[in-house]
Amino acid sequence: MADGLMKLHYEIPADDLTYAGEASSSVKKVLVQLGINPVQIKKAAVSMYEAEINAVIHGHGGAADIEIGNGRIFICIEDKGPGIPDLELAMQEGWSTASDEVREMGFGAGMGLPNIKRYADKLDIETETGKGTKVMITVMYPNT
Amino acid sequence: MEKYFHSVTLDEDKCMGCTNCIKRCPTEAIRVRNGKARIINERCIDCGECIRICPYRAKKAITDEFSCIEKFKYKIAIPAPTIYGQFKPEISRNRILNAFKAIGFDDVYEVARAAEYVTYATRKLVLDDASPKPLISSACPAVVRLIQVRFPSLIDNLIKLESPMEVAAKIVKKKAAEKKGIDPSDIGAFFITPCAAKATSVKAPYESKKSSVDGVISIKDVYLKLISSMDRSNDTELLTKAGFEGIRWANSGGEGLAVGTDRFLAVDGIHNVISIFEEVENDKIENVDFIEALACTGGCLGGPLAVENLYVAKTRIKKHVDDAKALKDDRQPLETYDENMVWTEEIAYKPVMKLDNDIREAMRKLEALEIINRGLPGLDCGACGAPSCRALSEDIVRGIAVETDCIFKLREKVRDLASQMKELEDRRPPVMGNDKG
Repeated sequence: MADGLMKLHYEIPADDLTYAGEASSSVKKVLVQLGINPVQIKKAAVSMYEAEINAVIHGHGGAADIEIGNGRIFICIEDKGPGIPDLELAMQEGWSTASDEVREMGFGAGMGLPNIKRYADKLDIETETGKGTKVMITVMYPNT
Repeated sequence: MEKYFHSVTLDEDKCMGCTNCIKRCPTEAIRVRNGKARIINERCIDCGECIRICPYRAKKAITDEFSCIEKFKYKIAIPAPTIYGQFKPEISRNRILNAFKAIGFDDVYEVARAAEYVTYATRKLVLDDASPKPLISSACPAVVRLIQVRFPSLIDNLIKLESPMEVAAKIVKKKAAEKKGIDPSDIGAFFITPCAAKATSVKAPYESKKSSVDGVISIKDVYLKLISSMDRSNDTELLTKAGFEGIRWANSGGEGLAVGTDRFLAVDGIHNVISIFEEVENDKIENVDFIEALACTGGCLGGPLAVENLYVAKTRIKKHVDDAKALKDDRQPLETYDENMVWTEEIAYKPVMKLDNDIREAMRKLEALEIINRGLPGLDCGACGAPSCRALSEDIVRGIAVETDCIFKLREKVRDLASQMKELEDRRPPVMGNDKG
Protein backbone atom coordinates (compact mmCIF):
# COMPACT_ATOMS: atom_id res chain seq x y z
CA MET A 1 0.00 0.00 0.00
CA ALA A 2 1.68 3.15 -1.22
CA ASP A 3 0.54 6.69 -0.40
CA GLY A 4 -2.46 5.43 1.53
CA LEU A 5 -3.85 3.98 -1.67
CA MET A 6 -5.28 0.49 -1.79
CA LYS A 7 -5.32 -1.32 -5.13
CA LEU A 8 -7.44 -4.32 -6.03
CA HIS A 9 -7.60 -6.35 -9.20
CA TYR A 10 -10.22 -8.85 -10.36
CA GLU A 11 -10.64 -10.85 -13.53
CA ILE A 12 -14.18 -10.84 -14.91
CA PRO A 13 -15.08 -14.11 -16.68
CA ALA A 14 -16.93 -13.98 -20.00
CA ASP A 15 -20.57 -14.95 -20.58
CA ASP A 16 -21.02 -16.69 -17.24
CA LEU A 17 -23.92 -15.04 -15.49
CA THR A 18 -24.01 -17.52 -12.61
CA TYR A 19 -20.93 -15.99 -11.03
CA ALA A 20 -21.44 -12.49 -12.36
CA GLY A 21 -21.18 -9.87 -9.65
CA GLU A 22 -18.48 -11.60 -7.63
CA ALA A 23 -15.93 -8.83 -8.11
CA SER A 24 -18.32 -6.11 -6.99
CA SER A 25 -19.43 -8.27 -4.10
CA SER A 26 -15.78 -8.63 -3.00
CA VAL A 27 -15.24 -4.89 -3.31
CA LYS A 28 -18.32 -4.30 -1.20
CA LYS A 29 -16.85 -6.50 1.55
CA VAL A 30 -13.58 -4.58 1.37
CA LEU A 31 -15.37 -1.24 1.70
CA VAL A 32 -17.34 -2.54 4.68
CA GLN A 33 -14.13 -3.69 6.39
CA LEU A 34 -12.53 -0.32 5.74
CA GLY A 35 -15.43 1.33 7.52
CA ILE A 36 -16.64 3.37 4.52
CA ASN A 37 -20.07 4.93 5.05
CA PRO A 38 -23.00 2.72 3.86
CA VAL A 39 -24.23 5.40 1.44
CA GLN A 40 -20.91 5.46 -0.43
CA ILE A 41 -20.67 1.67 -0.27
CA LYS A 42 -24.01 1.38 -1.97
CA LYS A 43 -23.04 3.88 -4.68
CA ALA A 44 -19.78 2.12 -5.41
CA ALA A 45 -21.19 -1.40 -5.19
CA VAL A 46 -24.24 -0.84 -7.41
CA SER A 47 -22.37 1.11 -10.09
CA MET A 48 -19.56 -1.44 -10.15
CA TYR A 49 -22.03 -4.33 -10.22
CA GLU A 50 -23.77 -2.91 -13.29
CA ALA A 51 -20.48 -2.29 -15.07
CA GLU A 52 -19.31 -5.79 -14.20
CA ILE A 53 -22.52 -7.32 -15.57
CA ASN A 54 -22.10 -5.27 -18.75
CA ALA A 55 -18.58 -6.65 -19.17
CA VAL A 56 -19.93 -10.19 -18.77
CA ILE A 57 -22.93 -9.79 -21.08
CA HIS A 58 -21.52 -7.56 -23.79
CA GLY A 59 -17.77 -7.39 -23.35
CA HIS A 60 -16.68 -11.06 -23.35
CA GLY A 61 -15.35 -10.55 -19.83
CA GLY A 62 -12.49 -8.34 -18.80
CA ALA A 63 -10.86 -6.99 -15.69
CA ALA A 64 -11.68 -4.68 -12.83
CA ASP A 65 -9.10 -2.43 -11.18
CA ILE A 66 -10.00 -0.55 -8.07
CA GLU A 67 -8.17 2.16 -6.19
CA ILE A 68 -9.33 3.27 -2.78
CA GLY A 69 -7.80 6.11 -0.82
CA ASN A 70 -7.66 9.84 -0.13
CA GLY A 71 -11.42 10.19 -0.15
CA ARG A 72 -11.93 8.50 -3.49
CA ILE A 73 -13.07 5.09 -4.73
CA PHE A 74 -12.00 4.68 -8.35
CA ILE A 75 -13.32 1.69 -10.27
CA CYS A 76 -12.11 0.89 -13.77
CA ILE A 77 -13.74 -1.93 -15.68
CA GLU A 78 -12.18 -2.73 -19.00
CA ASP A 79 -13.31 -5.27 -21.60
CA LYS A 80 -12.13 -6.30 -25.04
CA GLY A 81 -15.67 -6.52 -26.39
CA PRO A 82 -17.37 -4.99 -29.42
CA GLY A 83 -17.46 -1.46 -27.99
CA ILE A 84 -20.50 0.81 -27.90
CA PRO A 85 -21.26 2.31 -31.33
CA ASP A 86 -23.63 4.99 -30.05
CA LEU A 87 -22.86 5.90 -26.46
CA GLU A 88 -25.59 8.52 -26.21
CA LEU A 89 -28.21 5.94 -27.14
CA ALA A 90 -26.75 3.39 -24.75
CA MET A 91 -27.06 5.87 -21.89
CA GLN A 92 -30.84 6.01 -22.33
CA GLU A 93 -32.99 4.04 -19.91
CA GLY A 94 -34.45 0.91 -21.48
CA TRP A 95 -32.09 0.81 -24.45
CA SER A 96 -30.49 -2.60 -24.66
CA THR A 97 -28.80 -4.89 -27.13
CA ALA A 98 -28.89 -7.88 -24.81
CA SER A 99 -29.99 -11.26 -26.17
CA ASP A 100 -33.26 -12.92 -25.21
CA GLU A 101 -31.38 -15.50 -23.14
CA VAL A 102 -29.76 -12.77 -21.11
CA ARG A 103 -33.10 -11.05 -20.64
CA GLU A 104 -34.71 -14.27 -19.48
CA MET A 105 -32.21 -14.37 -16.64
CA GLY A 106 -33.39 -10.96 -15.52
CA PHE A 107 -30.54 -8.97 -17.01
CA GLY A 108 -30.33 -6.71 -20.03
CA ALA A 109 -33.23 -4.41 -19.18
CA GLY A 110 -31.32 -1.44 -20.44
CA MET A 111 -30.79 0.04 -17.01
CA GLY A 112 -27.08 -0.74 -16.68
CA LEU A 113 -25.39 2.42 -17.90
CA PRO A 114 -28.15 4.76 -16.67
CA ASN A 115 -27.87 3.15 -13.23
CA ILE A 116 -24.10 3.57 -13.21
CA LYS A 117 -24.55 7.22 -14.05
CA ARG A 118 -27.10 7.59 -11.28
CA TYR A 119 -24.86 6.13 -8.59
CA ALA A 120 -21.42 7.31 -9.66
CA ASP A 121 -20.15 10.73 -8.60
CA LYS A 122 -18.15 10.82 -11.82
CA LEU A 123 -18.40 8.57 -14.84
CA ASP A 124 -16.05 8.36 -17.80
CA ILE A 125 -16.50 5.92 -20.63
CA GLU A 126 -13.92 5.24 -23.30
CA THR A 127 -15.17 2.99 -26.05
CA GLU A 128 -14.06 2.03 -29.50
CA THR A 129 -16.06 -0.13 -31.89
CA GLY A 130 -14.39 -3.49 -32.33
CA LYS A 131 -11.79 -2.82 -29.61
CA GLY A 132 -13.55 -2.65 -26.28
CA THR A 133 -14.94 -0.44 -23.54
CA LYS A 134 -13.44 1.11 -20.46
CA VAL A 135 -15.87 2.29 -17.78
CA MET A 136 -14.35 4.51 -15.10
CA ILE A 137 -16.44 5.18 -12.02
CA THR A 138 -15.53 7.54 -9.21
CA VAL A 139 -17.30 7.65 -5.86
CA MET A 140 -16.10 10.17 -3.29
CA TYR A 141 -16.22 9.49 0.45
CA PRO A 142 -15.57 11.89 3.35
CA ASN A 143 -11.87 11.50 4.14
CA THR A 144 -11.58 11.58 7.89
CA MET B 1 -28.98 -4.22 31.82
CA GLU B 2 -25.90 -5.66 30.15
CA LYS B 3 -24.62 -3.85 27.12
CA TYR B 4 -25.48 -6.80 24.89
CA PHE B 5 -28.24 -9.11 25.90
CA HIS B 6 -28.63 -12.20 23.80
CA SER B 7 -31.11 -14.95 24.16
CA VAL B 8 -28.82 -17.36 22.32
CA THR B 9 -26.19 -18.64 24.73
CA LEU B 10 -23.85 -21.56 25.23
CA ASP B 11 -24.10 -24.43 27.65
CA GLU B 12 -20.37 -24.89 28.35
CA ASP B 13 -20.75 -28.38 29.78
CA LYS B 14 -22.37 -29.71 26.65
CA CYS B 15 -20.18 -27.96 24.08
CA MET B 16 -17.64 -30.28 22.46
CA GLY B 17 -15.86 -27.51 20.61
CA CYS B 18 -16.79 -28.89 17.19
CA THR B 19 -17.06 -26.72 14.09
CA ASN B 20 -20.74 -27.10 13.23
CA CYS B 21 -21.97 -23.81 14.64
CA ILE B 22 -19.05 -21.63 13.56
CA LYS B 23 -19.59 -22.65 9.96
CA ARG B 24 -23.34 -22.13 10.01
CA CYS B 25 -23.40 -18.69 11.62
CA PRO B 26 -24.48 -16.03 9.08
CA THR B 27 -22.52 -13.23 10.75
CA GLU B 28 -19.38 -15.25 11.63
CA ALA B 29 -20.13 -14.56 15.27
CA ILE B 30 -18.76 -17.76 16.79
CA ARG B 31 -15.20 -18.90 17.46
CA VAL B 32 -13.99 -22.00 19.26
CA ARG B 33 -11.51 -21.18 22.02
CA ASN B 34 -10.11 -23.68 24.54
CA GLY B 35 -12.44 -26.33 23.22
CA LYS B 36 -15.61 -24.26 23.68
CA ALA B 37 -17.66 -22.15 21.32
CA ARG B 38 -17.60 -18.44 22.11
CA ILE B 39 -20.28 -16.11 20.80
CA ILE B 40 -19.10 -12.64 19.79
CA ASN B 41 -21.95 -10.60 21.25
CA GLU B 42 -21.70 -7.58 18.96
CA ARG B 43 -22.19 -9.81 15.92
CA CYS B 44 -24.87 -12.22 17.13
CA ILE B 45 -28.31 -11.53 15.64
CA ASP B 46 -30.12 -14.28 17.58
CA CYS B 47 -31.21 -16.11 14.45
CA GLY B 48 -30.98 -19.47 16.20
CA GLU B 49 -29.06 -21.23 13.38
CA CYS B 50 -26.49 -22.48 15.90
CA ILE B 51 -29.22 -23.88 18.15
CA ARG B 52 -30.59 -25.89 15.27
CA ILE B 53 -27.26 -27.17 14.00
CA CYS B 54 -25.63 -28.13 17.31
CA PRO B 55 -25.53 -31.93 17.59
CA TYR B 56 -24.85 -31.76 21.33
CA ARG B 57 -27.67 -29.33 22.17
CA ALA B 58 -25.10 -27.00 23.66
CA LYS B 59 -26.69 -23.86 22.25
CA LYS B 60 -29.80 -22.67 23.95
CA ALA B 61 -32.16 -19.74 23.95
CA ILE B 62 -32.71 -18.07 27.27
CA THR B 63 -36.39 -17.47 27.85
CA ASP B 64 -38.35 -16.87 31.03
CA GLU B 65 -39.45 -19.75 33.19
CA PHE B 66 -43.14 -20.45 33.42
CA SER B 67 -43.13 -19.46 37.08
CA CYS B 68 -42.34 -15.85 36.12
CA ILE B 69 -46.05 -15.29 35.54
CA GLU B 70 -46.54 -15.44 39.31
CA LYS B 71 -44.96 -12.01 39.67
CA PHE B 72 -48.20 -10.48 38.37
CA LYS B 73 -51.70 -10.59 39.80
CA TYR B 74 -53.38 -10.61 36.40
CA LYS B 75 -51.62 -12.85 33.89
CA ILE B 76 -52.30 -12.76 30.18
CA ALA B 77 -50.91 -15.20 27.62
CA ILE B 78 -50.26 -13.84 24.14
CA PRO B 79 -49.39 -16.89 22.03
CA ALA B 80 -47.69 -16.59 18.65
CA PRO B 81 -49.74 -18.01 15.75
CA THR B 82 -47.21 -20.86 15.57
CA ILE B 83 -48.92 -22.37 18.63
CA TYR B 84 -51.80 -23.66 16.47
CA GLY B 85 -49.46 -25.88 14.48
CA GLN B 86 -48.22 -27.75 17.55
CA PHE B 87 -51.28 -29.86 18.35
CA LYS B 88 -53.30 -32.58 16.68
CA PRO B 89 -55.65 -31.35 13.95
CA GLU B 90 -58.82 -32.35 15.80
CA ILE B 91 -58.02 -29.87 18.59
CA SER B 92 -59.70 -26.60 17.73
CA ARG B 93 -58.07 -23.23 18.04
CA ASN B 94 -60.52 -22.26 20.75
CA ARG B 95 -59.59 -25.33 22.77
CA ILE B 96 -55.92 -24.48 22.54
CA LEU B 97 -56.63 -20.95 23.74
CA ASN B 98 -58.82 -22.16 26.59
CA ALA B 99 -56.02 -24.48 27.69
CA PHE B 100 -53.94 -21.37 28.48
CA LYS B 101 -56.61 -20.33 30.99
CA ALA B 102 -56.56 -23.81 32.46
CA ILE B 103 -52.82 -23.71 33.12
CA GLY B 104 -52.88 -20.48 35.11
CA PHE B 105 -53.46 -17.49 32.86
CA ASP B 106 -56.37 -15.14 33.55
CA ASP B 107 -56.78 -14.19 29.94
CA VAL B 108 -55.42 -15.01 26.51
CA TYR B 109 -55.17 -12.87 23.40
CA GLU B 110 -54.06 -14.09 19.99
CA VAL B 111 -50.98 -12.39 18.57
CA ALA B 112 -52.52 -13.45 15.24
CA ARG B 113 -55.21 -10.83 15.81
CA ALA B 114 -52.61 -8.14 16.46
CA ALA B 115 -50.82 -9.30 13.31
CA GLU B 116 -53.90 -8.24 11.37
CA TYR B 117 -53.67 -4.71 12.77
CA VAL B 118 -50.04 -4.62 11.74
CA THR B 119 -51.10 -5.84 8.30
CA TYR B 120 -53.62 -3.00 7.93
CA ALA B 121 -50.94 -0.45 8.78
CA THR B 122 -48.45 -2.17 6.46
CA ARG B 123 -50.93 -2.02 3.56
CA LYS B 124 -51.12 1.74 3.90
CA LEU B 125 -47.34 2.04 3.77
CA VAL B 126 -47.02 -0.27 0.78
CA LEU B 127 -49.62 1.76 -1.14
CA ASP B 128 -47.91 5.04 -0.26
CA ASP B 129 -45.76 6.17 -3.18
CA ALA B 130 -43.57 8.13 -0.81
CA SER B 131 -42.23 5.08 1.05
CA PRO B 132 -38.97 3.57 -0.18
CA LYS B 133 -39.43 0.34 -2.10
CA PRO B 134 -39.14 -2.50 -1.61
CA LEU B 135 -40.35 -2.16 1.94
CA ILE B 136 -38.98 -4.87 4.20
CA SER B 137 -41.02 -6.34 7.04
CA SER B 138 -39.58 -5.92 10.52
CA ALA B 139 -41.64 -8.77 11.97
CA CYS B 140 -38.57 -11.00 12.30
CA PRO B 141 -36.17 -9.48 14.84
CA ALA B 142 -33.22 -11.55 13.59
CA VAL B 143 -33.72 -10.04 10.14
CA VAL B 144 -33.78 -6.53 11.59
CA ARG B 145 -30.50 -7.21 13.39
CA LEU B 146 -29.05 -8.77 10.25
CA ILE B 147 -29.80 -5.54 8.40
CA GLN B 148 -28.15 -3.58 11.21
CA VAL B 149 -24.86 -5.47 10.93
CA ARG B 150 -24.71 -6.49 7.27
CA PHE B 151 -27.10 -4.41 5.16
CA PRO B 152 -27.05 -0.86 6.53
CA SER B 153 -28.23 0.58 3.22
CA LEU B 154 -31.53 -1.26 3.75
CA ILE B 155 -32.31 0.34 7.13
CA ASP B 156 -34.48 2.94 5.35
CA ASN B 157 -36.48 0.16 3.68
CA LEU B 158 -37.49 -1.43 6.98
CA ILE B 159 -41.11 -1.03 7.98
CA LYS B 160 -40.74 0.66 11.32
CA LEU B 161 -43.96 -0.60 12.83
CA GLU B 162 -44.25 -2.43 16.12
CA SER B 163 -44.38 -6.20 15.94
CA PRO B 164 -47.67 -8.08 16.43
CA MET B 165 -46.29 -9.24 19.80
CA GLU B 166 -45.93 -5.64 21.07
CA VAL B 167 -49.28 -4.59 19.65
CA ALA B 168 -50.98 -7.59 21.28
CA ALA B 169 -49.45 -6.79 24.67
CA LYS B 170 -50.57 -3.17 24.45
CA ILE B 171 -54.13 -4.00 23.42
CA VAL B 172 -54.69 -6.65 26.01
CA LYS B 173 -53.15 -4.76 28.92
CA LYS B 174 -55.14 -1.66 28.13
CA LYS B 175 -58.33 -3.66 27.90
CA ALA B 176 -57.72 -5.38 31.24
CA ALA B 177 -57.01 -2.07 32.94
CA GLU B 178 -60.08 -0.35 31.47
CA LYS B 179 -62.68 -3.10 31.56
CA LYS B 180 -61.67 -4.88 34.73
CA GLY B 181 -60.26 -1.90 36.60
CA ILE B 182 -57.00 -3.65 37.37
CA ASP B 183 -53.95 -1.59 38.30
CA PRO B 184 -51.71 -1.62 35.18
CA SER B 185 -48.68 -2.56 37.29
CA ASP B 186 -50.46 -5.77 38.29
CA ILE B 187 -51.01 -6.88 34.69
CA GLY B 188 -48.41 -9.09 33.04
CA ALA B 189 -48.45 -10.04 29.34
CA PHE B 190 -46.47 -13.15 28.41
CA PHE B 191 -45.48 -13.98 24.89
CA ILE B 192 -45.55 -17.68 24.08
CA THR B 193 -42.82 -18.02 21.50
CA PRO B 194 -41.15 -20.34 19.00
CA CYS B 195 -38.41 -17.74 18.58
CA ALA B 196 -35.14 -16.99 20.36
CA ALA B 197 -34.79 -13.54 18.83
CA LYS B 198 -38.11 -12.42 20.30
CA ALA B 199 -36.76 -13.02 23.79
CA THR B 200 -33.90 -10.66 22.98
CA SER B 201 -36.39 -8.15 21.58
CA VAL B 202 -38.24 -8.00 24.86
CA LYS B 203 -35.13 -7.76 27.07
CA ALA B 204 -33.23 -5.40 24.78
CA PRO B 205 -35.71 -3.78 22.36
CA TYR B 206 -34.48 -1.74 19.41
CA GLU B 207 -37.81 -0.15 18.49
CA SER B 208 -38.65 1.45 21.82
CA LYS B 209 -37.11 2.14 25.21
CA LYS B 210 -39.13 -0.56 26.92
CA SER B 211 -41.15 -3.50 25.68
CA SER B 212 -44.81 -3.87 26.72
CA VAL B 213 -44.26 -7.60 27.10
CA ASP B 214 -43.43 -8.75 30.62
CA GLY B 215 -42.07 -12.19 29.91
CA VAL B 216 -41.23 -14.55 27.08
CA ILE B 217 -41.99 -18.23 27.55
CA SER B 218 -40.97 -20.78 24.97
CA ILE B 219 -43.58 -23.01 23.35
CA LYS B 220 -41.62 -26.07 24.42
CA ASP B 221 -41.85 -24.99 28.06
CA VAL B 222 -45.66 -24.80 28.07
CA TYR B 223 -46.33 -27.60 25.60
CA LEU B 224 -46.78 -30.46 28.06
CA LYS B 225 -48.80 -28.32 30.45
CA LEU B 226 -51.13 -27.37 27.63
CA ILE B 227 -51.48 -30.94 26.38
CA SER B 228 -52.58 -32.17 29.78
CA SER B 229 -55.11 -29.34 30.10
CA MET B 230 -56.65 -29.73 26.70
CA ASP B 231 -59.74 -31.24 28.10
CA ARG B 232 -62.95 -30.63 26.24
CA SER B 233 -64.56 -29.46 29.48
CA ASN B 234 -62.22 -26.49 29.52
CA ASP B 235 -63.40 -25.36 26.11
CA THR B 236 -66.02 -23.03 27.50
CA GLU B 237 -65.26 -19.47 26.52
CA LEU B 238 -65.06 -18.09 22.98
CA LEU B 239 -61.54 -16.75 22.81
CA THR B 240 -60.77 -16.80 19.07
CA LYS B 241 -60.58 -13.36 17.55
CA ALA B 242 -58.12 -13.69 14.71
CA GLY B 243 -59.05 -14.27 11.10
CA PHE B 244 -57.26 -16.54 8.68
CA GLU B 245 -54.88 -13.79 7.58
CA GLY B 246 -53.46 -13.41 11.06
CA ILE B 247 -53.16 -17.15 11.64
CA ARG B 248 -51.33 -17.55 8.36
CA TRP B 249 -48.53 -15.27 9.61
CA ALA B 250 -46.99 -18.37 11.21
CA ASN B 251 -46.13 -19.62 7.73
CA SER B 252 -43.55 -18.23 5.42
CA GLY B 253 -45.50 -16.14 2.90
CA GLY B 254 -48.40 -15.52 5.28
CA GLU B 255 -47.58 -11.94 6.08
CA GLY B 256 -46.89 -11.19 2.43
CA LEU B 257 -50.21 -12.65 1.28
CA ALA B 258 -52.06 -10.64 3.90
CA VAL B 259 -50.64 -7.36 2.62
CA GLY B 260 -52.73 -7.88 -0.47
CA THR B 261 -50.35 -6.99 -3.26
CA ASP B 262 -48.99 -9.21 -6.00
CA ARG B 263 -45.80 -7.26 -5.82
CA PHE B 264 -44.46 -9.09 -2.78
CA LEU B 265 -41.60 -11.48 -2.27
CA ALA B 266 -41.38 -13.92 0.63
CA VAL B 267 -38.06 -15.44 1.62
CA ASP B 268 -37.27 -17.69 4.56
CA GLY B 269 -34.08 -19.17 6.01
CA ILE B 270 -31.39 -16.71 7.05
CA HIS B 271 -28.96 -17.66 4.28
CA ASN B 272 -31.67 -17.20 1.64
CA VAL B 273 -32.57 -13.87 3.20
CA ILE B 274 -28.94 -12.79 2.82
CA SER B 275 -28.97 -13.70 -0.92
CA ILE B 276 -32.14 -11.68 -1.48
CA PHE B 277 -30.80 -8.68 0.44
CA GLU B 278 -27.62 -8.79 -1.65
CA GLU B 279 -29.84 -8.53 -4.73
CA VAL B 280 -31.86 -5.70 -3.25
CA GLU B 281 -28.63 -3.84 -2.49
CA ASN B 282 -27.59 -4.29 -6.12
CA ASP B 283 -30.95 -2.90 -7.29
CA LYS B 284 -31.63 -6.23 -8.96
CA ILE B 285 -35.08 -6.85 -7.47
CA GLU B 286 -37.70 -5.32 -9.72
CA ASN B 287 -41.47 -5.00 -9.41
CA VAL B 288 -41.46 -5.84 -5.73
CA ASP B 289 -42.98 -3.44 -3.19
CA PHE B 290 -42.89 -5.62 -0.11
CA ILE B 291 -40.44 -8.20 1.17
CA GLU B 292 -41.33 -10.63 3.90
CA ALA B 293 -38.07 -12.03 5.23
CA LEU B 294 -37.97 -14.63 7.97
CA ALA B 295 -34.77 -16.00 9.50
CA CYS B 296 -36.11 -19.49 10.14
CA THR B 297 -36.70 -21.96 7.33
CA GLY B 298 -40.46 -22.24 6.88
CA GLY B 299 -41.06 -19.04 8.83
CA CYS B 300 -41.98 -18.90 12.53
CA LEU B 301 -43.29 -22.49 12.41
CA GLY B 302 -39.65 -23.47 11.94
CA GLY B 303 -38.59 -21.54 15.04
CA PRO B 304 -36.01 -23.23 17.29
CA LEU B 305 -38.35 -23.23 20.30
CA ALA B 306 -41.30 -24.85 18.56
CA VAL B 307 -42.03 -28.48 19.34
CA GLU B 308 -43.66 -29.93 16.25
CA ASN B 309 -41.83 -30.65 13.02
CA LEU B 310 -42.10 -27.69 10.66
CA TYR B 311 -43.77 -29.57 7.81
CA VAL B 312 -46.26 -31.32 10.05
CA ALA B 313 -47.05 -27.97 11.67
CA LYS B 314 -47.60 -26.42 8.22
CA THR B 315 -50.32 -28.92 7.38
CA ARG B 316 -52.00 -28.27 10.70
CA ILE B 317 -51.91 -24.50 10.29
CA LYS B 318 -53.53 -24.91 6.92
CA LYS B 319 -56.51 -26.57 8.59
CA HIS B 320 -56.86 -23.72 11.08
CA VAL B 321 -56.61 -21.22 8.23
CA ASP B 322 -59.36 -23.06 6.32
CA ASP B 323 -61.56 -23.26 9.42
CA ALA B 324 -61.14 -19.54 10.02
CA LYS B 325 -61.90 -18.80 6.38
CA ALA B 326 -65.15 -20.77 6.62
CA LEU B 327 -66.13 -18.82 9.71
CA LYS B 328 -65.31 -15.49 8.18
CA ASP B 329 -68.86 -14.28 7.84
CA ASP B 330 -69.93 -14.67 11.43
CA ARG B 331 -66.67 -13.51 12.93
CA GLN B 332 -66.92 -11.19 15.87
CA PRO B 333 -67.04 -7.54 14.93
CA LEU B 334 -63.51 -6.25 14.65
CA GLU B 335 -62.33 -3.86 17.31
CA THR B 336 -60.54 -0.94 15.82
CA TYR B 337 -57.01 -0.22 16.83
CA ASP B 338 -55.80 3.21 15.96
CA GLU B 339 -52.86 3.63 18.30
CA ASN B 340 -49.67 4.75 16.67
CA MET B 341 -47.56 1.69 15.89
CA VAL B 342 -44.50 3.54 14.66
CA TRP B 343 -41.19 2.82 16.44
CA THR B 344 -40.14 5.42 18.96
CA GLU B 345 -36.43 4.64 18.65
CA GLU B 346 -34.17 4.75 15.61
CA ILE B 347 -31.96 1.84 14.72
CA ALA B 348 -28.41 2.46 13.63
CA TYR B 349 -25.79 0.67 11.58
CA LYS B 350 -23.49 -1.48 13.69
CA PRO B 351 -20.23 -1.65 11.75
CA VAL B 352 -19.03 -4.89 13.36
CA MET B 353 -17.01 -5.94 10.30
CA LYS B 354 -14.93 -2.75 10.29
CA LEU B 355 -11.23 -3.49 10.86
CA ASP B 356 -10.24 -0.15 12.36
CA ASN B 357 -11.68 3.28 13.10
CA ASP B 358 -8.87 4.89 11.13
CA ILE B 359 -9.28 4.15 7.44
CA ARG B 360 -5.54 4.12 6.73
CA GLU B 361 -5.01 1.68 9.56
CA ALA B 362 -7.94 -0.39 8.26
CA MET B 363 -6.24 -0.47 4.84
CA ARG B 364 -2.97 -1.67 6.35
CA LYS B 365 -4.84 -4.37 8.23
CA LEU B 366 -6.77 -5.41 5.15
CA GLU B 367 -3.60 -5.74 3.09
CA ALA B 368 -1.98 -7.78 5.84
CA LEU B 369 -5.15 -9.86 5.96
CA GLU B 370 -4.97 -10.61 2.23
CA ILE B 371 -1.32 -11.66 2.47
CA ILE B 372 -2.02 -13.94 5.44
CA ASN B 373 -5.06 -15.37 3.66
CA ARG B 374 -3.02 -16.26 0.58
CA GLY B 375 -0.63 -18.22 2.82
CA LEU B 376 -3.39 -20.29 4.41
CA PRO B 377 -4.50 -23.61 2.86
CA GLY B 378 -7.97 -22.40 1.87
CA LEU B 379 -9.67 -25.54 3.14
CA ASP B 380 -11.93 -23.68 5.56
CA CYS B 381 -11.66 -26.69 7.86
CA GLY B 382 -12.48 -24.73 10.99
CA ALA B 383 -9.85 -26.51 13.10
CA CYS B 384 -8.41 -23.12 14.10
CA GLY B 385 -11.75 -22.20 15.66
CA ALA B 386 -12.65 -19.65 12.97
CA PRO B 387 -15.29 -20.41 10.32
CA SER B 388 -12.98 -19.94 7.31
CA CYS B 389 -9.36 -19.25 6.41
CA ARG B 390 -10.38 -15.69 5.65
CA ALA B 391 -12.03 -15.30 9.03
CA LEU B 392 -8.83 -16.57 10.67
CA SER B 393 -6.81 -14.02 8.68
CA GLU B 394 -9.20 -11.36 9.92
CA ASP B 395 -8.82 -12.55 13.52
CA ILE B 396 -5.03 -12.46 13.15
CA VAL B 397 -4.98 -8.83 12.02
CA ARG B 398 -7.45 -7.98 14.77
CA GLY B 399 -4.94 -9.49 17.20
CA ILE B 400 -7.19 -12.24 18.56
CA ALA B 401 -5.52 -15.19 16.79
CA VAL B 402 -2.09 -16.21 15.51
CA GLU B 403 -1.01 -17.88 12.30
CA THR B 404 -0.04 -21.12 14.01
CA ASP B 405 -3.66 -21.56 15.11
CA CYS B 406 -3.90 -23.09 11.64
CA ILE B 407 -2.84 -26.73 12.00
CA PHE B 408 -1.35 -26.74 8.51
CA LYS B 409 0.74 -23.66 9.28
CA LEU B 410 1.75 -25.27 12.55
CA ARG B 411 2.84 -28.45 10.75
CA GLU B 412 4.75 -26.35 8.24
CA LYS B 413 6.58 -24.63 11.09
CA VAL B 414 7.33 -27.93 12.81
CA ARG B 415 8.65 -29.38 9.55
CA ASP B 416 10.86 -26.34 8.96
CA LEU B 417 12.12 -26.60 12.49
CA ALA B 418 12.79 -30.33 12.07
CA SER B 419 14.79 -29.81 8.90
CA GLN B 420 16.73 -27.03 10.57
CA MET B 421 17.51 -29.34 13.49
CA LYS B 422 18.58 -32.06 11.08
CA GLU B 423 20.83 -29.61 9.31
CA LEU B 424 22.37 -28.47 12.59
CA GLU B 425 22.73 -32.01 13.79
CA ASP B 426 24.71 -32.90 10.64
CA ARG B 427 27.22 -30.15 11.32
CA ARG B 428 30.17 -31.06 13.52
CA PRO B 429 32.77 -28.87 15.07
CA PRO B 430 36.12 -29.21 13.16
CA VAL B 431 37.84 -30.86 16.15
CA MET B 432 35.41 -33.76 15.91
CA GLY B 433 36.43 -34.73 12.41
CA ASN B 434 34.87 -34.25 9.00
CA ASP B 435 32.27 -31.56 8.72
CA LYS B 436 29.61 -33.04 6.52
CA GLY B 437 27.76 -29.75 6.31
